[in-house]
Amino acid sequence: MHSLFVVIEALPAILPGILVTVGNVAASLAMGLALGVPFAVAQVYGPAWSRRLVRLYVWFFRGVPILVLLFLFYGFFISLGLPADPFLIACLVLGCTSTAYQSQIFRGAIESLPRGQLQAARALGMSDVTGIAHIILPQALRLSIPGWANEFSILLKDSAICFVLGTQDIMARTSFAAARTHEHLALYAAAGAIYFLLTWVVLRLLRRLEDKVHVPGYSTGGSFDMGEPA
Amino acid sequence: MSADQDVVLRVEHISKRLGGKLILDDCSLDVRRGELMVLIGPSGAGKSTLLQCIDCLIPPDTGEIWLDGERLERDDKRKLCAFRAQVGMIFQEFNLFDHLTAEENVAIALRKVRGMSRKEARERALDELARVGLARRALLYPAQLSGGQKQRVAIARALAMDPKVMLLDEPTSALDPELVGEVLAVIRDLAAGGMTMVMATHQMDFARALATEILFMERGRIIERGAPAQLLADGAGTRTRDFCLRILEVSI
Repeated sequence: MHSLFVVIEALPAILPGILVTVGNVAASLAMGLALGVPFAVAQVYGPAWSRRLVRLYVWFFRGVPILVLLFLFYGFFISLGLPADPFLIACLVLGCTSTAYQSQIFRGAIESLPRGQLQAARALGMSDVTGIAHIILPQALRLSIPGWANEFSILLKDSAICFVLGTQDIMARTSFAAARTHEHLALYAAAGAIYFLLTWVVLRLLRRLEDKVHVPGYSTGGSFDMGEPA
Repeated sequence: MSADQDVVLRVEHISKRLGGKLILDDCSLDVRRGELMVLIGPSGAGKSTLLQCIDCLIPPDTGEIWLDGERLERDDKRKLCAFRAQVGMIFQEFNLFDHLTAEENVAIALRKVRGMSRKEARERALDELARVGLARRALLYPAQLSGGQKQRVAIARALAMDPKVMLLDEPTSALDPELVGEVLAVIRDLAAGGMTMVMATHQMDFARALATEILFMERGRIIERGAPAQLLADGAGTRTRDFCLRILEVSI
């Protein structure tokens, strides 16, 4: 009973952390999307040097733990005399990492499309840029939604580790409340529930998006329907 | 370049090596306005590669391509796109854009290449779909169409660009036998309407009836060429006739 009381009392202090966590994850996902798509395109269609560059990038950010990257970036900012804002560094580290993972989600989707798609675009006189923008990416992005939903759920939970830099996210506020009250079990259970709910809500939204953009009869998207032949 | 005004497409000395193997060996052809040139030959002869080299979807190693008297500079991307926009290409596997409806499949290049407005492109697309008998299927997606319908949409998509010549790469080979007829009927209409075409096919009856010229390919080379009556005549003793007889035996 006492634990519940402590949780309720601590909630006003913890809940604003949702904004920080959501902001951090949204910014990182957006960065990953904005960079991941061109990276994927560069890796599939680009010249040899661009493929190598993307591979090197992905190799680095997939290989180094986020915790290490956080301290690395922090140290880097300090040594350059830049203001080491924890939130900014958290966004950068998660964004760079997510870029690596998202680029590989999009690459897989692009490579799963039949080669004839871009060929047909070229045959109609489209430049590669036009063909990729209007023929390849609309299909590849649809196929990427399930993998992207996965990436979101991983990133949301990875964001909890950023509290080591002192971002005021759900995790940081919870650990502060726990240290103050010694109600670790109840408070972390509450924090876990908040993460769980956030994941669940967004995954449902993404699932709805997937259904919404599903091409009738297209077998690769979730449910199979043959539509109505006229 | 000769002064022959009637030659729409001239292909000179195209060679292509892939993986150390000579796939195309010095292939040349002249297609005159309104002509239907048919490429035949065994699988692996290079028919498909030749058509793709003409459209530079596979860059040829050597050789020149002329369209309406103008030599293609294929290193100039802008000119290459402009060239391809004037050459219709029909693929064995249709290659419709899977995320677009039949109408959008036809309209997209009109908008993105020809710069038409959405409305203009839509009207043109509907006209072209009507021309191949698919006006009522305009809003269906490729996955909702039969193979024959898909190939007819692909033909409408190419026609919408007002091509000077169409290249057809075994347009009926991926179709169920009962759907071959509807696609051939569309191509027959195009030929009757004076469309200039180069077509690779195994449909010998079609070639015999409609081809102005037959080119027989084997191991990357064009080894025989001539009018169907000439190549397929009884006792002509041609490799082409030999090949056709064998196809007919198999199909019966």
